[in-house]
Amino acid sequence: MRLRLDGVVKRFDGVTALDGISLSLSGARSIALIGPSGGGKSTLLRVLAGLELPDQGGVEIDDVPLPTDGESLISYRRSIGTVFQSYNLFPHLTALENVTLPLVQAHGYAKEAANGYAMELLDRFQLASHAGKRPYELSGGQQQRVAIVRAVAIKPRFLLFDEPTSALDPEMTAEVLDLIAELRAQGREFIIVTHEMGFAKRVADHGIFLGAGKIVEEGPAAELFDTPHTAELKAFLGKVLKY
Amino acid sequence: MSRRRFQILFARSKGNHEEIPRFGRTVGVISALFLLALVFSFAFSRLHYGWNWDAVYQYRQKFVSGWLITLAISAASLVASLIIGLAAALSHRSPFLPLRYLGKVYVELIRGTPLLVQILVFFYVVADAFGIGNRYVVGTLTLAFFAGAYISEIIRAGIESVGESQLDSARVIGLTPYQTYRYVVFPQVMRRILPPLAGQFASLIKDSSLLSIIAVSEFTLNAQEVNAFTYSTMESYLPLALGYLALTLPISMLSKYLERRYRYAS
Ligand SMILES: Nc1ncnc2c1ncn2[C@@H]1O[C@H](COP(=O)(O)OP(=O)(O)OP(=O)(O)O)[C@@H](O)[C@H]1O
Ligand SMILES: [Mg+2]
Repeated sequence: MRLRLDGVVKRFDGVTALDGISLSLSGARSIALIGPSGGGKSTLLRVLAGLELPDQGGVEIDDVPLPTDGESLISYRRSIGTVFQSYNLFPHLTALENVTLPLVQAHGYAKEAANGYAMELLDRFQLASHAGKRPYELSGGQQQRVAIVRAVAIKPRFLLFDEPTSALDPEMTAEVLDLIAELRAQGREFIIVTHEMGFAKRVADHGIFLGAGKIVEEGPAAELFDTPHTAELKAFLGKVLKY
Repeated sequence: MSRRRFQILFARSKGNHEEIPRFGRTVGVISALFLLALVFSFAFSRLHYGWNWDAVYQYRQKFVSGWLITLAISAASLVASLIIGLAAALSHRSPFLPLRYLGKVYVELIRGTPLLVQILVFFYVVADAFGIGNRYVVGTLTLAFFAGAYISEIIRAGIESVGESQLDSARVIGLTPYQTYRYVVFPQVMRRILPPLAGQFASLIKDSSLLSIIAVSEFTLNAQEVNAFTYSTMESYLPLALGYLALTLPISMLSKYLERRYRYAS
């Protein structure tokens, strides 16, 4: 995907979450966003997801500016898949219904076609036996995998993940990361915010280190993680890799 | 064996759950009722009361018609109060500020004043001014506005219980605001508000007894009349209590059932 950010600023009553982000990338298929807590990773991802409008600056994806009016924002959101840290699924719907809701309501599938297609996908990701369960009957890892299936089902242009595993224990983290790695192998493009540095290094081909609302350092993932240049990134990697 | 005997009288807690076997439940309910019966039969035996059920039995038709009127008024005002409550709850979120504050003032005024006063003001002032003469209509409307304020709060709490993260999820998958209400908010609000709504209906039935002060011939007023005709106070009012219980107990059980049925972690 081609990504261009031009002086993006986002403020929340007084707090500057994004403080002039500029970036030009082409050819990166998977991007890892890393950085300290409060650095602005989620805010940047929400801007890219069409959930927050920047106060200043412009965003272009594949040479098309991000829309700003309600109607086109909705169709923009329909073209990408986003997965948050937790509570992605609707608690009153089964796993299958969670997957079919956007297919039927936002993508014009007929009910039966959506059911068949969603079952096929759940089956492919070893979730078929959980299709009839509500989120509270699923483990955290299963919930996240269903949420990812829902995001993939709509055949998005790319996926956005905001710390998809940070609410999970190690075993469940592994099953979710495996799924994301599988998507990567299939050629899916995505941007992921994560604290799993080993994983970021493995699946991302580009890395961006955000601190205090600014891009402190960015570059090909292999270089960024192995030979960090800035003191901030060195300190950050030192801290996260210690544990 | 001794554990089994223990379980007849005492609930065993398992973490946050309590385990009460069926026989324990039965024994518990029966002994509670027995205790109550003991207290009341003692109290009545001290009263030296000359029971006179025959006089009251002559007026049984009045009890039946009053009971039916109470049921009809409660049901009609429940339907009206749902509409009023929904409108008030939505007005709380209206971008048009006068409407929003009208909703808030309405809820606070109603919840802050006694129903008795509302009935009198509505009947003698408002209804009179607007030319609504029929006291059944006035009574039903007053009850509807009264319950509507409480229902509005129930609905509002239900809407707010659908967390911000779910609204984000709905936006992320590309639902329009209307679709978000229709497929995400509304179904969850329905599940959450049904139990308190059933409870509200039970209150409404009891509250309707206050309409007797504007001479609506509902259950309570009719019982008062029977008492006036027969001078048999107990015989007039005991059936009254039973008549209300016959309505409120099933509703209360329904409410508990709905609560269990729709309880899922979210
Ligand atoms: N909706 C909001 N309202 C107010 N302030 C916000 C909001 N969202 C983010 N912020 C603030 O913006 C800053 C950046 O937050 P953001 O969530 O983007 O950080 P992050 O890098 O994702 O952190 P974390 O690793 O903890 O998730 C923080 O100071 C945060 O408090
Ligand atoms: Mg974050």
